[in-house]
Parts: sequence; structure tokens; C-alpha cells
Amino acid sequence: MTQDIKPRIRIPSQIKAGEVIEVKTLATHDMESGQRRDAAGKLVPRKILNKLTCTYNGRPVFEAALEPAISANPYVAFFLRATESGTLDFAWTDDDGTVHRAKQAIKVG
Amino acid sequence: MRSALLSDRRRVILGATALSAAALAPVLLSKAALATPQAAAELLQKLVKGTPRQGRIRLQSPEIADNGNSVPLTVTVESPMTASDHVTAIHVVADGNPAPGVLSVKLGPENGRAEISVRIRLAASERVIAVAEMADGSLWTASREITVTVGGCGAG
Repeated sequence: MTQDIKPRIRIPSQIKAGEVIEVKTLATHDMESGQRRDAAGKLVPRKILNKLTCTYNGRPVFEAALEPAISANPYVAFFLRATESGTLDFAWTDDDGTVHRAKQAIKVG
Repeated sequence: MRSALLSDRRRVILGATALSAAALAPVLLSKAALATPQAAAELLQKLVKGTPRQGRIRLQSPEIADNGNSVPLTVTVESPMTASDHVTAIHVVADGNPAPGVLSVKLGPENGRAEISVRIRLAASERVIAVAEMADGSLWTASREITVTVGGCGAG
């Protein structure tokens, strides 16, 4: 059962070469912590996005290991020195092994 | 007649006591399952080798979080982020959650700025601790107390 995590990525539209930009990411996911009980009092098993990676024209530039203490619909923002135009590739890994991918074009100049 | 009324009332009170005890039980259980500052310290020892020094890190968040399910947190590390002098990793733990881990990120000179923002869950009012690893192997730490009005982690 794969859910659509609707990955959303925000970077500035106008970027000068060498500028340090903020990259904001948001995914739609319950991030079930494994601590919550359902109406019947049973523990709901853990199911979270446990990893987010970003590569910039193939070079790894960011990696985050996420724990259940990350809120539902995980928002993760980081910075990047934009040196060239190209592509940012994002990958979120689910506890069930699913890898959700998203691309963001980056235009410098 | 009078004694029958009393015993009825007593039964009601007893029932209410039993009910509230049943309602309290899961709360007590989840309290017992919370991590301790010691568990947070132990996890940090597993994540990094050595003892971090205080400083170079700034944690930003609301001082009082209304909703522990989603507390904005920004961690900034003072670093030029050059090829020779940059932050290689930032670890964040919380000392009052059921499990102390929050997140660990890997960074490099391409980031240009050692700052990350996330939204986190806090089960109660507790201390959030960040540790940064530098390219030269040095470790830095800082922490911040966050007061939570309504806890996250499935309490409500």
C-alpha cells in the first residue's frame, strides 16, 4: 500500500551564481510514531519517512535521518550554495521500503 | 432506607474511583515509557565520539509551544562552510520523548550555511539538545528548554 506523499519543494525563482539559497521541502505523511493507540487501545505500528536525501546534479548535498519525533507531514529545510543550473533530486524513504522521488529544476544566472 | 441510599452513593463513588484509575493507567504507563535525560545523553554518545563543548550553535523555537505535535525548530551552527572548515553533521535529541532521537543530518561545504529547520513532536515540556560535528573533528553543543502546553506523541 503506497500512499502519495505529494512532495513539495520550494527554492527561489531568481538565483545568482554562488548564492546560498534555502531549500524547503514538505511531504504528506502521517509519520505514525508507534506510540499512539487506536480507539481500541492497541498500539498503532510505527510507519514514518525515515530518510530524506538530496543530490545536486548527482552530487549528494544533504541527508537527513528522521525519527518518530518529526511531526506529521515532515517539513525539512536546509541551505545550498547554488553554483550551476541543473536538477535537485530528492528521495524520501518510507519504513515500508518505498522510496518516493521528486525532482526540482534549479536555474542559476 | 437511609443506609440503602448511603450504600448506593458509596457504590457510585467506588465506581467513579475505579473509572478514573482506569483512565489514569495509560497515562502512567506512557509516563514510565518516556526517555530520560540519561537516555538522551546515551544516544548522543552513540552518535558522536567525544565530549562536545558548549557553543557555536543556536536553537530557535517558540519558548512556549501550544501544540507538542508540531513545534518549529531551527538549528544554526556558526561555520564558514568552506572546503576545509565546515559542519559535517548535526544531531538533535529531546530528553523527554518516548525515544530521544529527533533527527541527524549530514552537511558539507556545498550547503553554504549550516542551518536546518524542521517541525518536531514533543511529548512534554523538555530540553532539546543539538550537537554539531565539524570537519576538524571538534564537537559543539547547545540546548533549549521548550515548554509544551499540550503534548504530542499520541497523548491527545
